[in-house]
Amino acid sequence: MNYLSVFLSSLPGACAQGLAWGIMALGVYITFRILNTSDLTVDGSLATGGAVCIALMTSGVNVYVAILAAMLSGILAGLITGLLHTKCGIPAILAGILTQLSLYSINLRIMGNRANLPISVDKYKLLVSQRYVRALNLTNPIPVFVVIIAVIITVLYWFFGTELGSGIRATGNNVRMAKAQGINTDRNKVLGFCMANGLVALAGALIAQYQGASDVNMGRGAIVIGLAAVIIGEVLFSKIFSNFSLKMLAVVIGAVIYYIVLQLVLTLGLNTNDLKLFSALIVAIFLAIPYFKGGRKDA
Amino acid sequence: MLRLVDVCKTFNAGTVNAKVALDHLNLTLEDGDFVTVIGSNGAGKSTALNAIAGTFMVDKGQILLNDKDLTKMPEFKRATYLGRVFQDPMMGTAPDMQIEENLALAARRGKRRGLRWYISPEEREKYHELLKSLDLGLEDRMTTKVGLLSGGQRQALTLLMAAIKKPDLLLLDEHTAALDPKTAAKVLEISDKIVADNHLTTMMVTHNMKDALAHGNRLIMFHEGKIVIDVRGEDKKKLSAADLLEYFEG
Ligand SMILES: Nc1ncnc2c1ncn2[C@@H]1O[C@H](COP(=O)(O)OP(=O)(O)OP(=O)(O)O)[C@@H](O)[C@H]1O
Ligand SMILES: [Mg+2]
Repeated sequence: MNYLSVFLSSLPGACAQGLAWGIMALGVYITFRILNTSDLTVDGSLATGGAVCIALMTSGVNVYVAILAAMLSGILAGLITGLLHTKCGIPAILAGILTQLSLYSINLRIMGNRANLPISVDKYKLLVSQRYVRALNLTNPIPVFVVIIAVIITVLYWFFGTELGSGIRATGNNVRMAKAQGINTDRNKVLGFCMANGLVALAGALIAQYQGASDVNMGRGAIVIGLAAVIIGEVLFSKIFSNFSLKMLAVVIGAVIYYIVLQLVLTLGLNTNDLKLFSALIVAIFLAIPYFKGGRKDA
Repeated sequence: MLRLVDVCKTFNAGTVNAKVALDHLNLTLEDGDFVTVIGSNGAGKSTALNAIAGTFMVDKGQILLNDKDLTKMPEFKRATYLGRVFQDPMMGTAPDMQIEENLALAARRGKRRGLRWYISPEEREKYHELLKSLDLGLEDRMTTKVGLLSGGQRQALTLLMAAIKKPDLLLLDEHTAALDPKTAAKVLEISDKIVADNHLTTMMVTHNMKDALAHGNRLIMFHEGKIVIDVRGEDKKKLSAADLLEYFEG
Protein backbone atom coordinates (compact mmCIF):
# COMPACT_ATOMS: atom_id res chain seq x y z
CA MET A 1 0.00 0.00 0.00
CA ASN A 2 2.95 2.25 0.62
CA TYR A 3 3.90 1.91 -3.05
CA LEU A 4 0.46 3.01 -4.05
CA SER A 5 0.46 6.16 -1.94
CA VAL A 6 3.94 7.09 -3.13
CA PHE A 7 2.86 6.52 -6.70
CA LEU A 8 -0.34 8.51 -6.28
CA SER A 9 1.45 11.45 -4.74
CA SER A 10 3.86 11.49 -7.68
CA LEU A 11 1.07 11.44 -10.24
CA PRO A 12 0.71 15.24 -10.61
CA GLY A 13 4.43 15.51 -11.32
CA ALA A 14 4.26 12.74 -13.89
CA CYS A 15 1.30 14.42 -15.58
CA ALA A 16 3.04 17.79 -15.75
CA GLN A 17 6.18 16.24 -17.18
CA GLY A 18 4.15 14.22 -19.64
CA LEU A 19 2.37 17.36 -20.83
CA ALA A 20 5.64 19.27 -21.23
CA TRP A 21 7.14 16.42 -23.20
CA GLY A 22 3.87 16.13 -25.10
CA ILE A 23 4.67 19.50 -26.70
CA MET A 24 8.01 18.08 -27.73
CA ALA A 25 6.29 14.96 -29.06
CA LEU A 26 4.03 17.11 -31.26
CA GLY A 27 7.19 18.37 -32.93
CA VAL A 28 8.36 14.81 -33.44
CA TYR A 29 4.95 13.96 -34.86
CA ILE A 30 5.41 16.62 -37.54
CA THR A 31 8.64 15.13 -38.82
CA PHE A 32 7.96 11.47 -38.12
CA ARG A 33 4.37 11.20 -39.27
CA ILE A 34 3.65 14.22 -41.48
CA LEU A 35 7.00 14.58 -43.24
CA ASN A 36 7.64 10.86 -42.96
CA THR A 37 11.29 11.27 -41.95
CA SER A 38 13.24 10.96 -38.73
CA ASP A 39 14.72 14.17 -37.42
CA LEU A 40 17.39 13.69 -34.79
CA THR A 41 17.99 17.43 -34.39
CA VAL A 42 15.54 17.39 -31.51
CA ASP A 43 17.99 16.02 -28.94
CA GLY A 44 19.97 19.21 -29.47
CA SER A 45 17.21 21.71 -30.10
CA LEU A 46 15.39 20.75 -26.88
CA ALA A 47 18.47 21.72 -24.87
CA THR A 48 18.92 24.82 -27.03
CA GLY A 49 15.41 25.93 -26.13
CA GLY A 50 16.16 25.44 -22.45
CA ALA A 51 19.55 27.13 -22.66
CA VAL A 52 18.30 30.18 -24.56
CA CYS A 53 15.30 30.64 -22.28
CA ILE A 54 17.19 30.33 -18.99
CA ALA A 55 20.24 32.32 -20.19
CA LEU A 56 17.98 35.17 -21.26
CA MET A 57 15.85 35.09 -18.14
CA THR A 58 18.82 35.10 -15.79
CA SER A 59 20.10 38.16 -17.61
CA GLY A 60 16.82 39.92 -16.98
CA VAL A 61 14.68 39.23 -20.03
CA ASN A 62 10.94 38.80 -19.63
CA VAL A 63 9.75 35.20 -19.52
CA TYR A 64 7.54 35.47 -22.61
CA VAL A 65 10.26 37.11 -24.67
CA ALA A 66 12.69 34.43 -23.51
CA ILE A 67 10.31 31.66 -24.55
CA LEU A 68 9.79 33.28 -27.94
CA ALA A 69 13.54 33.55 -28.43
CA ALA A 70 13.88 29.90 -27.46
CA MET A 71 11.36 28.95 -30.15
CA LEU A 72 13.23 31.02 -32.71
CA SER A 73 16.47 29.27 -31.83
CA GLY A 74 14.73 25.94 -32.41
CA ILE A 75 13.38 27.13 -35.74
CA LEU A 76 16.91 28.11 -36.71
CA ALA A 77 18.20 24.65 -35.76
CA GLY A 78 15.47 23.10 -37.91
CA LEU A 79 16.39 25.42 -40.75
CA ILE A 80 19.98 24.22 -40.66
CA THR A 81 19.00 20.55 -40.67
CA GLY A 82 16.51 21.25 -43.45
CA LEU A 83 19.07 23.02 -45.61
CA LEU A 84 21.73 20.36 -44.99
CA HIS A 85 19.18 17.81 -46.14
CA THR A 86 17.58 19.55 -49.12
CA LYS A 87 20.35 21.80 -50.42
CA CYS A 88 23.37 19.64 -49.63
CA GLY A 89 21.79 16.25 -50.28
CA ILE A 90 22.64 14.83 -46.86
CA PRO A 91 20.20 12.13 -45.70
CA ALA A 92 17.73 13.56 -43.19
CA ILE A 93 18.85 11.38 -40.30
CA LEU A 94 22.50 12.28 -40.78
CA ALA A 95 21.70 15.97 -41.26
CA GLY A 96 19.87 15.88 -37.93
CA ILE A 97 22.75 14.14 -36.20
CA LEU A 98 25.19 16.76 -37.50
CA THR A 99 23.06 19.65 -36.26
CA GLN A 100 22.46 17.93 -32.96
CA LEU A 101 26.15 17.38 -32.39
CA SER A 102 27.08 20.94 -33.21
CA LEU A 103 24.28 22.19 -30.97
CA TYR A 104 25.96 20.53 -28.02
CA SER A 105 28.88 22.95 -28.34
CA ILE A 106 26.59 25.86 -29.09
CA ASN A 107 24.38 25.12 -26.09
CA LEU A 108 27.41 25.15 -23.80
CA ARG A 109 28.33 28.57 -25.16
CA ILE A 110 24.80 29.87 -24.74
CA MET A 111 24.99 28.86 -21.09
CA GLY A 112 28.32 30.64 -20.66
CA ASN A 113 30.42 27.47 -20.94
CA ARG A 114 28.56 25.80 -18.15
CA ALA A 115 26.84 22.43 -18.37
CA ASN A 116 24.05 23.48 -16.07
CA LEU A 117 22.34 26.81 -15.56
CA PRO A 118 19.95 26.97 -12.60
CA ILE A 119 17.12 29.44 -12.25
CA SER A 120 15.45 30.09 -8.93
CA VAL A 121 11.68 30.17 -8.79
CA ASP A 122 11.95 32.61 -5.89
CA LYS A 123 13.91 35.17 -7.84
CA TYR A 124 12.36 34.91 -11.28
CA LYS A 125 8.82 34.95 -12.59
CA LEU A 126 8.61 31.50 -14.14
CA LEU A 127 5.66 30.40 -16.25
CA VAL A 128 5.77 26.86 -14.87
CA SER A 129 7.51 25.38 -11.87
CA GLN A 130 7.70 21.94 -10.35
CA ARG A 131 7.31 23.47 -6.90
CA TYR A 132 3.64 24.23 -7.45
CA VAL A 133 2.66 21.00 -9.16
CA ARG A 134 0.39 20.07 -6.24
CA ALA A 135 -0.88 23.60 -5.65
CA LEU A 136 -4.60 24.07 -5.97
CA ASN A 137 -4.43 27.48 -7.60
CA LEU A 138 -3.30 29.18 -10.78
CA THR A 139 0.40 28.79 -10.06
CA ASN A 140 -0.03 25.08 -10.83
CA PRO A 141 1.86 24.28 -14.04
CA ILE A 142 -0.62 21.65 -15.25
CA PRO A 143 -3.35 24.06 -16.41
CA VAL A 144 -0.67 26.24 -18.00
CA PHE A 145 0.58 23.26 -20.01
CA VAL A 146 -2.97 22.32 -20.96
CA VAL A 147 -3.68 25.80 -22.29
CA ILE A 148 -0.44 25.93 -24.26
CA ILE A 149 -1.11 22.52 -25.76
CA ALA A 150 -4.66 23.49 -26.68
CA VAL A 151 -3.36 26.54 -28.50
CA ILE A 152 -0.68 24.53 -30.30
CA ILE A 153 -3.11 21.83 -31.43
CA THR A 154 -5.57 24.46 -32.65
CA VAL A 155 -2.91 26.32 -34.61
CA LEU A 156 -1.48 23.11 -36.12
CA TYR A 157 -4.96 21.89 -37.03
CA TRP A 158 -5.64 25.14 -38.81
CA PHE A 159 -2.23 25.28 -40.47
CA PHE A 160 -2.28 21.77 -41.89
CA GLY A 161 -5.70 22.52 -43.33
CA THR A 162 -4.43 25.50 -45.34
CA GLU A 163 -3.09 25.30 -48.87
CA LEU A 164 0.47 25.52 -47.62
CA GLY A 165 -0.06 22.97 -44.85
CA SER A 166 -1.76 20.54 -47.23
CA GLY A 167 1.24 20.87 -49.53
CA ILE A 168 3.47 19.85 -46.63
CA ARG A 169 1.27 16.84 -45.93
CA ALA A 170 1.41 15.84 -49.59
CA THR A 171 5.19 16.24 -49.56
CA GLY A 172 5.49 13.75 -46.72
CA ASN A 173 2.86 11.43 -48.09
CA ASN A 174 4.08 11.09 -51.70
CA VAL A 175 6.95 13.29 -52.75
CA ARG A 176 6.77 12.37 -56.45
CA MET A 177 3.11 13.23 -56.59
CA ALA A 178 3.76 16.48 -54.74
CA LYS A 179 6.38 17.55 -57.27
CA ALA A 180 4.12 16.58 -60.17
CA GLN A 181 1.46 18.83 -58.64
CA GLY A 182 3.88 21.76 -58.57
CA ILE A 183 4.61 21.67 -54.86
CA ASN A 184 7.98 23.00 -53.76
CA THR A 185 8.85 19.90 -51.80
CA ASP A 186 12.29 21.05 -50.67
CA ARG A 187 10.94 24.24 -49.18
CA ASN A 188 8.14 22.32 -47.51
CA LYS A 189 10.53 19.89 -45.90
CA VAL A 190 12.58 22.79 -44.53
CA LEU A 191 9.41 24.41 -43.22
CA GLY A 192 8.42 21.18 -41.51
CA PHE A 193 11.81 20.84 -39.84
CA CYS A 194 11.58 24.45 -38.67
CA MET A 195 8.11 24.03 -37.18
CA ALA A 196 9.04 20.78 -35.49
CA ASN A 197 12.17 22.15 -33.87
CA GLY A 198 10.42 25.37 -32.91
CA LEU A 199 7.98 23.26 -30.91
CA VAL A 200 10.74 21.13 -29.46
CA ALA A 201 12.65 24.22 -28.32
CA LEU A 202 9.46 25.62 -26.79
CA ALA A 203 9.15 22.37 -24.86
CA GLY A 204 12.80 22.73 -23.84
CA ALA A 205 12.18 26.23 -22.52
CA LEU A 206 9.21 25.05 -20.49
CA ILE A 207 10.91 21.91 -19.20
CA ALA A 208 13.94 23.93 -18.07
CA GLN A 209 11.71 26.35 -16.17
CA TYR A 210 9.71 23.50 -14.73
CA GLN A 211 12.73 21.70 -13.35
CA GLY A 212 14.47 24.95 -12.36
CA ALA A 213 17.54 24.59 -14.56
CA SER A 214 18.65 24.15 -18.10
CA ASP A 215 21.12 21.36 -18.64
CA VAL A 216 23.25 20.60 -21.65
CA ASN A 217 22.20 16.96 -21.41
CA MET A 218 18.50 17.54 -20.93
CA GLY A 219 17.78 16.54 -24.53
CA ARG A 220 19.69 13.30 -24.53
CA GLY A 221 17.34 10.62 -25.81
CA ALA A 222 14.56 13.14 -26.39
CA ILE A 223 13.79 11.68 -29.81
CA VAL A 224 13.08 8.34 -28.17
CA ILE A 225 10.64 9.91 -25.71
CA GLY A 226 8.96 11.79 -28.55
CA LEU A 227 8.63 8.64 -30.62
CA ALA A 228 7.35 6.75 -27.60
CA ALA A 229 4.61 9.33 -27.15
CA VAL A 230 3.66 9.28 -30.83
CA ILE A 231 3.56 5.51 -30.99
CA ILE A 232 1.85 4.89 -27.65
CA GLY A 233 -0.79 7.41 -28.72
CA GLU A 234 -1.28 5.68 -32.05
CA VAL A 235 -1.37 2.15 -30.70
CA LEU A 236 -3.93 3.07 -28.05
CA PHE A 237 -6.10 5.54 -29.93
CA SER A 238 -5.80 5.00 -33.67
CA LYS A 239 -9.06 3.02 -33.71
CA ILE A 240 -11.12 5.77 -32.09
CA PHE A 241 -9.34 8.99 -33.08
CA SER A 242 -9.44 9.70 -36.81
CA ASN A 243 -9.70 13.50 -36.81
CA PHE A 244 -6.34 15.20 -37.14
CA SER A 245 -6.71 17.26 -33.97
CA LEU A 246 -7.59 14.12 -32.02
CA LYS A 247 -4.54 12.38 -33.42
CA MET A 248 -2.40 15.18 -32.03
CA LEU A 249 -4.23 14.89 -28.72
CA ALA A 250 -3.39 11.19 -28.75
CA VAL A 251 0.29 12.08 -29.03
CA VAL A 252 0.07 14.27 -25.93
CA ILE A 253 -1.82 11.61 -24.02
CA GLY A 254 0.83 9.16 -25.17
CA ALA A 255 3.48 11.33 -23.53
CA VAL A 256 1.52 11.54 -20.30
CA ILE A 257 1.02 7.78 -20.24
CA TYR A 258 4.71 7.30 -20.88
CA TYR A 259 5.62 9.41 -17.84
CA ILE A 260 3.02 7.76 -15.64
CA VAL A 261 4.35 4.32 -16.54
CA LEU A 262 7.86 5.58 -15.92
CA GLN A 263 6.82 6.87 -12.52
CA LEU A 264 5.23 3.54 -11.75
CA VAL A 265 8.33 1.50 -12.50
CA LEU A 266 10.48 3.99 -10.58
CA THR A 267 8.18 3.61 -7.59
CA LEU A 268 8.47 -0.14 -7.92
CA GLY A 269 12.22 0.20 -7.57
CA LEU A 270 13.73 0.64 -11.04
CA ASN A 271 17.16 2.19 -10.78
CA THR A 272 17.14 5.67 -12.37
CA ASN A 273 20.34 4.73 -14.17
CA ASP A 274 18.36 2.13 -16.08
CA LEU A 275 15.76 4.65 -17.25
CA LYS A 276 17.17 5.15 -20.75
CA LEU A 277 17.34 1.40 -21.32
CA PHE A 278 13.76 1.14 -20.16
CA SER A 279 12.67 3.99 -22.46
CA ALA A 280 14.34 2.42 -25.47
CA LEU A 281 12.65 -0.89 -24.67
CA ILE A 282 9.23 0.73 -24.47
CA VAL A 283 9.72 2.36 -27.87
CA ALA A 284 11.07 -0.83 -29.43
CA ILE A 285 8.11 -2.80 -28.12
CA PHE A 286 5.50 -0.29 -29.26
CA LEU A 287 7.16 0.07 -32.67
CA ALA A 288 7.13 -3.69 -33.03
CA ILE A 289 3.48 -4.20 -32.06
CA PRO A 290 2.00 -2.86 -35.31
CA TYR A 291 4.64 -4.73 -37.28
CA PHE A 292 3.82 -8.05 -35.68
CA LYS A 293 0.14 -7.41 -36.06
CA GLY A 294 0.93 -6.99 -39.76
CA GLY A 295 -0.74 -3.62 -39.76
CA ARG A 296 1.35 -0.70 -40.95
CA LYS A 297 3.75 -1.09 -43.83
CA ASP A 298 5.66 2.06 -42.94
CA ALA A 299 6.09 1.64 -39.20
CA MET B 1 3.93 23.48 -79.03
CA LEU B 2 6.62 21.24 -77.56
CA ARG B 3 10.10 21.23 -79.01
CA LEU B 4 12.92 18.92 -77.98
CA VAL B 5 16.12 20.05 -79.64
CA ASP B 6 19.10 17.72 -79.71
CA VAL B 7 18.42 16.37 -76.23
CA CYS B 8 21.00 14.00 -74.76
CA LYS B 9 20.98 12.06 -71.51
CA THR B 10 23.51 9.51 -70.34
CA PHE B 11 22.94 7.79 -67.01
CA ASN B 12 25.99 7.02 -64.87
CA ALA B 13 28.20 8.92 -67.28
CA GLY B 14 31.89 8.19 -66.90
CA THR B 15 31.40 4.82 -65.22
CA VAL B 16 31.34 1.28 -66.56
CA ASN B 17 27.56 1.45 -66.19
CA ALA B 18 27.23 4.44 -68.50
CA LYS B 19 24.01 4.18 -70.49
CA VAL B 20 23.02 6.52 -73.28
CA ALA B 21 19.26 6.83 -72.77
CA LEU B 22 18.54 9.80 -75.06
CA ASP B 23 20.76 10.17 -78.09
CA HIS B 24 20.43 13.58 -79.76
CA LEU B 25 16.67 13.43 -79.57
CA ASN B 26 14.63 15.86 -81.69
CA LEU B 27 10.86 16.09 -81.53
CA THR B 28 8.25 18.73 -82.27
CA LEU B 29 4.64 18.39 -81.18
CA GLU B 30 1.97 20.67 -82.62
CA ASP B 31 -0.77 21.98 -80.35
CA GLY B 32 -3.47 19.37 -80.06
CA ASP B 33 -1.26 16.50 -81.14
CA PHE B 34 -2.12 13.25 -79.40
CA VAL B 35 0.99 11.13 -79.87
CA THR B 36 1.21 7.50 -78.95
CA VAL B 37 4.74 6.42 -78.07
CA ILE B 38 6.01 2.88 -78.54
CA GLY B 39 9.38 1.13 -78.42
CA SER B 40 11.00 -1.87 -76.77
CA ASN B 41 12.03 -1.97 -73.12
CA GLY B 42 14.85 0.42 -72.41
CA ALA B 43 14.34 2.37 -75.64
CA GLY B 44 14.15 5.66 -73.77
CA LYS B 45 10.42 6.41 -73.70
CA SER B 46 10.17 7.04 -69.97
CA THR B 47 13.46 8.88 -70.00
CA ALA B 48 12.10 11.24 -72.66
CA LEU B 49 8.95 11.94 -70.66
CA ASN B 50 10.92 12.37 -67.44
CA ALA B 51 13.32 14.74 -69.20
CA ILE B 52 10.37 16.90 -70.23
CA ALA B 53 8.92 16.76 -66.71
CA GLY B 54 12.24 17.61 -65.11
CA THR B 55 12.73 14.48 -63.00
CA PHE B 56 16.40 15.00 -63.90
CA MET B 57 18.27 17.62 -65.89
CA VAL B 58 19.40 16.69 -69.40
CA ASP B 59 23.08 16.71 -70.38
CA LYS B 60 22.62 18.66 -73.56
CA GLY B 61 19.92 20.17 -75.73
CA GLN B 62 16.84 22.26 -75.15
CA ILE B 63 13.29 21.63 -74.02
CA LEU B 64 10.82 24.30 -75.12
CA LEU B 65 7.12 24.38 -74.39
CA ASN B 66 5.14 27.20 -75.98
CA ASP B 67 8.34 29.22 -76.19
CA LYS B 68 9.08 28.78 -72.51
CA ASP B 69 12.48 27.26 -71.95
CA LEU B 70 12.03 24.39 -69.50
CA THR B 71 15.55 23.04 -69.84
CA LYS B 72 16.86 24.27 -66.49
CA MET B 73 13.57 24.75 -64.67
CA PRO B 74 13.10 22.63 -61.51
CA GLU B 75 10.53 19.85 -61.67
CA PHE B 76 7.95 21.48 -59.40
CA LYS B 77 7.90 24.66 -61.51
CA ARG B 78 7.45 22.78 -64.78
CA ALA B 79 4.45 21.10 -63.23
CA THR B 80 2.59 24.37 -63.82
CA TYR B 81 2.49 23.53 -67.52
CA LEU B 82 2.28 19.75 -67.35
CA GLY B 83 -0.09 16.99 -66.38
CA ARG B 84 1.34 13.59 -65.57
CA VAL B 85 0.07 10.09 -64.99
CA PHE B 86 2.55 7.37 -64.09
CA GLN B 87 2.63 3.65 -64.72
CA ASP B 88 2.38 2.87 -61.02
CA PRO B 89 -1.11 3.77 -59.75
CA MET B 90 0.47 4.48 -56.33
CA MET B 91 2.65 7.22 -57.74
CA GLY B 92 0.18 9.85 -58.85
CA THR B 93 -1.84 10.46 -55.70
CA ALA B 94 -1.32 11.04 -51.98
CA PRO B 95 -2.73 7.87 -50.39
CA ASP B 96 -3.35 9.24 -46.90
CA MET B 97 -5.25 12.24 -48.19
CA GLN B 98 -8.88 12.36 -49.26
CA ILE B 99 -10.08 12.31 -52.85
CA GLU B 100 -11.15 15.94 -52.65
CA GLU B 101 -7.88 16.95 -51.00
CA ASN B 102 -5.94 15.36 -53.85
CA LEU B 103 -8.04 17.23 -56.40
CA ALA B 104 -7.57 20.47 -54.49
CA LEU B 105 -3.80 19.95 -54.47
CA ALA B 106 -3.88 19.55 -58.23
CA ALA B 107 -6.15 22.55 -58.72
CA ARG B 108 -3.47 24.73 -57.13
CA ARG B 109 -0.73 23.64 -59.51
CA GLY B 110 1.22 26.73 -60.52
CA LYS B 111 -0.47 28.93 -57.92
CA ARG B 112 1.06 30.23 -54.73
CA ARG B 113 -0.01 28.06 -51.84
CA GLY B 114 -0.79 30.39 -48.99
CA LEU B 115 -2.55 30.33 -45.67
CA ARG B 116 -6.05 30.21 -47.07
CA TRP B 117 -8.15 27.46 -45.59
CA TYR B 118 -8.24 24.69 -48.05
CA ILE B 119 -11.42 23.64 -49.83
CA SER B 120 -14.34 25.95 -50.39
CA PRO B 121 -17.92 24.68 -50.89
CA GLU B 122 -17.97 25.88 -54.51
CA GLU B 123 -14.76 24.02 -55.14
CA ARG B 124 -16.20 20.90 -53.61
CA GLU B 125 -19.18 21.17 -55.91
CA LYS B 126 -16.91 21.45 -58.92
CA TYR B 127 -15.01 18.33 -57.89
CA HIS B 128 -18.29 16.52 -57.42
CA GLU B 129 -19.20 17.26 -61.04
CA LEU B 130 -15.76 16.27 -62.30
CA LEU B 131 -15.81 12.98 -60.43
CA LYS B 132 -19.30 12.25 -61.67
CA SER B 133 -18.02 12.51 -65.25
CA LEU B 134 -15.78 9.51 -64.52
CA ASP B 135 -18.83 7.41 -63.84
CA LEU B 136 -17.05 5.38 -61.18
CA GLY B 137 -19.15 6.47 -58.22
CA LEU B 138 -16.25 8.41 -56.73
CA GLU B 139 -18.39 11.52 -56.39
CA ASP B 140 -20.07 9.90 -53.39
CA ARG B 141 -16.75 9.12 -51.71
CA MET B 142 -15.06 12.50 -51.82
CA THR B 143 -13.73 12.27 -48.28
CA THR B 144 -12.43 8.73 -48.71
CA LYS B 145 -8.67 8.32 -48.41
CA VAL B 146 -7.23 7.67 -51.86
CA GLY B 147 -5.20 4.76 -50.49
CA LEU B 148 -8.44 2.81 -50.24
CA LEU B 149 -9.21 3.07 -53.97
CA SER B 150 -8.41 0.42 -56.57
CA GLY B 151 -5.59 0.94 -59.04
CA GLY B 152 -8.01 1.80 -61.84
CA GLN B 153 -9.90 4.29 -59.70
CA ARG B 154 -6.64 5.91 -58.70
CA GLN B 155 -5.49 6.21 -62.30
CA ALA B 156 -8.80 7.76 -63.29
CA LEU B 157 -8.47 10.23 -60.42
CA THR B 158 -4.87 10.98 -61.38
CA LEU B 159 -6.07 11.71 -64.92
CA LEU B 160 -8.61 14.17 -63.59
CA MET B 161 -5.92 15.79 -61.48
CA ALA B 162 -3.54 15.97 -64.42
CA ALA B 163 -6.15 17.66 -66.60
CA ILE B 164 -7.72 19.93 -63.98
CA LYS B 165 -5.48 22.91 -64.83
CA LYS B 166 -5.66 22.31 -68.60
CA PRO B 167 -1.93 21.65 -68.97
CA ASP B 168 -0.02 22.60 -72.11
CA LEU B 169 1.15 19.01 -72.29
CA LEU B 170 -0.20 15.78 -70.83
CA LEU B 171 2.32 12.98 -70.21
CA LEU B 172 0.95 9.47 -69.83
CA ASP B 173 3.61 6.83 -69.20
CA GLU B 174 2.08 3.36 -69.58
CA HIS B 175 -0.67 4.55 -67.32
CA THR B 176 -2.83 1.50 -67.97
CA ALA B 177 -0.08 -1.15 -67.85
CA ALA B 178 -0.75 -2.11 -64.23
CA LEU B 179 -4.50 -2.53 -64.72
CA ASP B 180 -6.58 -5.54 -65.71
CA PRO B 181 -7.76 -5.45 -69.36
CA LYS B 182 -11.27 -4.27 -68.57
CA THR B 183 -10.14 -1.50 -66.24
CA ALA B 184 -7.37 -0.54 -68.65
CA ALA B 185 -9.93 -0.11 -71.42
CA LYS B 186 -12.09 2.03 -69.16
CA VAL B 187 -9.16 4.24 -68.12
CA LEU B 188 -8.15 4.61 -71.77
CA GLU B 189 -11.66 5.64 -72.64
CA ILE B 190 -11.55 8.25 -69.88
CA SER B 191 -8.17 9.43 -71.14
CA ASP B 192 -9.56 9.91 -74.65
CA LYS B 193 -12.50 11.85 -73.31
CA ILE B 194 -10.39 14.09 -71.09
CA VAL B 195 -7.92 14.79 -73.88
CA ALA B 196 -10.72 15.59 -76.34
CA ASP B 197 -12.78 17.69 -73.92
CA ASN B 198 -9.80 19.84 -72.97
CA HIS B 199 -7.99 19.77 -76.34
CA LEU B 200 -4.84 18.61 -74.61
CA THR B 201 -1.54 18.04 -76.38
CA THR B 202 -0.66 14.55 -75.23
CA MET B 203 2.11 11.96 -75.22
CA MET B 204 0.98 8.47 -74.30
CA VAL B 205 3.48 5.65 -73.89
CA THR B 206 2.11 2.15 -74.37
CA HIS B 207 3.32 -1.35 -75.13
CA ASN B 208 -0.04 -2.27 -76.57
CA MET B 209 0.19 -1.95 -80.38
CA LYS B 210 -3.57 -1.99 -80.76
CA ASP B 211 -3.93 0.94 -78.35
CA ALA B 212 -1.07 2.78 -80.01
CA LEU B 213 -2.84 2.51 -83.34
CA ALA B 214 -6.36 3.15 -82.12
CA HIS B 215 -5.62 6.32 -80.17
CA GLY B 216 -4.24 9.68 -81.14
CA ASN B 217 -3.35 11.31 -84.43
CA ARG B 218 0.33 10.50 -84.45
CA LEU B 219 2.61 7.62 -83.52
CA ILE B 220 6.31 7.64 -82.73
CA MET B 221 8.62 4.75 -82.02
CA PHE B 222 11.76 4.96 -79.90
CA HIS B 223 14.83 2.84 -80.43
CA GLU B 224 18.06 3.27 -78.50
CA GLY B 225 17.29 6.80 -77.41
CA LYS B 226 16.16 8.05 -80.80
CA ILE B 227 12.89 8.34 -82.65
CA VAL B 228 12.95 5.89 -85.55
CA ILE B 229 9.33 6.07 -86.72
CA ASP B 230 7.09 9.11 -86.84
CA VAL B 231 3.77 8.75 -88.66
CA ARG B 232 0.74 10.95 -88.47
CA GLY B 233 -2.74 11.61 -89.82
CA GLU B 234 -3.83 9.44 -92.72
CA ASP B 235 -0.57 7.51 -92.77
CA LYS B 236 -1.12 6.50 -89.17
CA LYS B 237 -4.65 5.33 -89.94
CA LYS B 238 -3.28 3.05 -92.64
CA LEU B 239 -0.70 1.53 -90.32
CA SER B 240 -1.35 -1.98 -89.03
CA ALA B 241 0.00 -3.92 -86.05
CA ALA B 242 1.82 -6.17 -88.50
CA ASP B 243 3.65 -3.16 -89.97
CA LEU B 244 4.80 -2.12 -86.53
CA LEU B 245 5.95 -5.58 -85.58
CA GLU B 246 8.02 -5.66 -88.70
CA TYR B 247 9.77 -2.49 -87.61
CA PHE B 248 10.33 -3.97 -84.16
CA GLU B 249 12.00 -7.01 -85.59
CA GLY B 250 13.76 -5.42 -88.51
N1 LIG C 1 17.65 6.56 -63.26
C1 LIG C 1 18.35 5.78 -64.13
N2 LIG C 1 19.61 5.43 -63.84
C2 LIG C 1 20.32 4.67 -64.69
N3 LIG C 1 19.86 4.20 -65.85
C3 LIG C 1 18.60 4.51 -66.21
C4 LIG C 1 17.78 5.31 -65.35
N4 LIG C 1 16.57 5.46 -65.95
C5 LIG C 1 16.65 4.78 -67.10
N5 LIG C 1 17.85 4.22 -67.27
C6 LIG C 1 18.29 3.44 -68.43
O1 LIG C 1 18.01 4.19 -69.60
C7 LIG C 1 17.52 3.36 -70.62
C8 LIG C 1 16.17 3.88 -71.06
O2 LIG C 1 15.23 3.61 -70.05
P1 LIG C 1 13.70 4.03 -70.10
O3 LIG C 1 13.14 3.82 -68.75
O4 LIG C 1 13.58 5.36 -70.69
O5 LIG C 1 13.12 2.96 -71.10
P2 LIG C 1 11.62 2.78 -71.60
O6 LIG C 1 11.62 2.99 -73.05
O7 LIG C 1 10.69 3.59 -70.80
O8 LIG C 1 11.44 1.24 -71.30
P3 LIG C 1 10.17 0.46 -70.70
O9 LIG C 1 9.34 0.11 -71.85
O10 LIG C 1 10.79 -0.77 -70.11
O11 LIG C 1 9.51 1.32 -69.71
C9 LIG C 1 17.48 1.96 -70.06
O12 LIG C 1 18.63 1.28 -70.48
C10 LIG C 1 17.53 2.15 -68.57
O13 LIG C 1 18.19 1.09 -67.95
MG1 LIG D 1 9.20 3.18 -69.31
